Amino acid sequence: MDLLADFFRQIAEDHPRWNFIWMYEPVQQGKVLSGIWMTIELSIACLALSMVIGVVGAFAQGSRNLILRSLVQGYIQFFRNTPPYVQLLFFYFALGQFTPTYSPDGWLEVPIISNVGWAIISLSFFAGAFNIEIFRAGIEAVPESTREASESLGFSRKQTYRYVVLPLALRVSLPALNNNLVNLVKTTTQAFGIAVPELLYQSVTIWNDYPSALYPTMLLVFVVYVILVGVLVMSMSHWERSMRIPGYGV
Amino acid sequence: MSGSSDKEPIVSIRDVHKYFGDLQVLKGVSFEVMKGEVVCIIGPSGSGKSTLIRCINALNDIQSGSIEVCGIDLTDPKLDRLALRKRVGMVFQQYNLFPHKTAMENIMMAPILVLKEKEDEVRQRARALMKRVRLEGKEDAYPGELSGGQQQRVAIARSLAMSPDVMLFDEVTAALDPETVKEVLVTIKELAQDGMTCILVTHEMGFAREVADHIYFTDNGIIVEHGPPATFFTDAKDPRTKEFLSQIL
Ligand SMILES: Nc1ncnc2c1ncn2[C@@H]1O[C@H](COP(=O)(O)OP(=O)(O)O)[C@@H](O)[C@H]1O
Ligand SMILES: [Mg+2]
Repeated sequence: MDLLADFFRQIAEDHPRWNFIWMYEPVQQGKVLSGIWMTIELSIACLALSMVIGVVGAFAQGSRNLILRSLVQGYIQFFRNTPPYVQLLFFYFALGQFTPTYSPDGWLEVPIISNVGWAIISLSFFAGAFNIEIFRAGIEAVPESTREASESLGFSRKQTYRYVVLPLALRVSLPALNNNLVNLVKTTTQAFGIAVPELLYQSVTIWNDYPSALYPTMLLVFVVYVILVGVLVMSMSHWERSMRIPGYGV
Repeated sequence: MSGSSDKEPIVSIRDVHKYFGDLQVLKGVSFEVMKGEVVCIIGPSGSGKSTLIRCINALNDIQSGSIEVCGIDLTDPKLDRLALRKRVGMVFQQYNLFPHKTAMENIMMAPILVLKEKEDEVRQRARALMKRVRLEGKEDAYPGELSGGQQQRVAIARSLAMSPDVMLFDEVTAALDPETVKEVLVTIKELAQDGMTCILVTHEMGFAREVADHIYFTDNGIIVEHGPPATFFTDAKDPRTKEFLSQIL
């Protein structure tokens, strides 16, 4: 380990533009690691929440209640047609003002939703709007006759959705879902804009303090995202394979 | 069953009118089906046979008239569809099995989820049903791995697992190869012989003649003619019935 640190210290001396400072300096290393961890947490939270929004929203879209349907439609239009970065700023700066605060020590006023919380909410709502559309396309691919069969067996609408429509729709939706979730992971960098200490935020503070670390740190950001997205894509295709039905087209 | 209960109607349809938008599909249809009876509905394509049979388990609503099934009034605005569908099984032309579930799972789902029965008991019953429709050994096959005839027999078993009082069949052999039609018809015939009340839309005249207690001929949204098979096929009076029979027999 020391050998490795010495090696990178040497590189930084020999090549002033290639200061891999986080390979030998514990403080910077800590920033990078906590940044990567925050990016992973953000990604997982947003993936999960946006999928829930997609599943629930697509179900609500098939409701007989016109008001509910219009609400979902309005939500989709808003989040799909405006920039996610503006949404994030809006959530944090505009809505953030109205969130109640609590006081842990009697002095500080801490909002109950932190900037991390707002980032998760905002990004999940953004990706969730697309997930609803993606699931809806999958749901429309499930034949009406399959739904009728389940209805005539006495399944309620919820049971039909959960046990018949959704599992089939999901299989159709997976490729498009895959794309959207990959985009979501990459979009988490925008949380930078409200000072969420994720990888990009930490990286920028590093290269602001140490301009010599600019190239190596940018390289690091790229590499980390290639790996993160790679892992996501691999797990998605694993999921896709595990859901394959013998003798069934999709 | 006592002799008198054989005479009580389990399905009564009175003067049913059904529209799809402006299109009137049923123009005053009435008939009754007694407990244990086998009724065949025949008629040209587009005459409203599917619509009629779908009205019997409330997959279609009606605009006027009345339908009563197992004592349940289907025109009641507060109709309990679940209660109705526990009593009425339906088998479709395109089988409509759940493609992501094995044959056994297809049969077991509704009893477990709808009737809230214990999984072990349902599994036993499902195995017995697989045997009854002669599909032993195919328990773990997915629908995509089964032939049309096999899928249709799973679909029949799936409906039977709910222990319905009435079974509806809508042209269940129309999508099958001629060789496999027979295996499905045999299954239905055995069912009928066991006393199940069956309403079938079919083009299998030989089957209808052999199994049906009563045959109804529909054309253009009305019942043109009906009777027991012995007289229906030989003494048809209406020119539309005669023409249809001459084309199909
Ligand atoms: N869901 C529907 N919406 C509009 N028209 C329909 C619908 N279902 C059936 N029809 C029409 O109703 C008529 C009767 O159809 P159907 O009951 O399927 O006849 P059959 O089963 O005797 O061939 C046809 O003209 C058909 O186009
Ligand atoms: Mg039809």
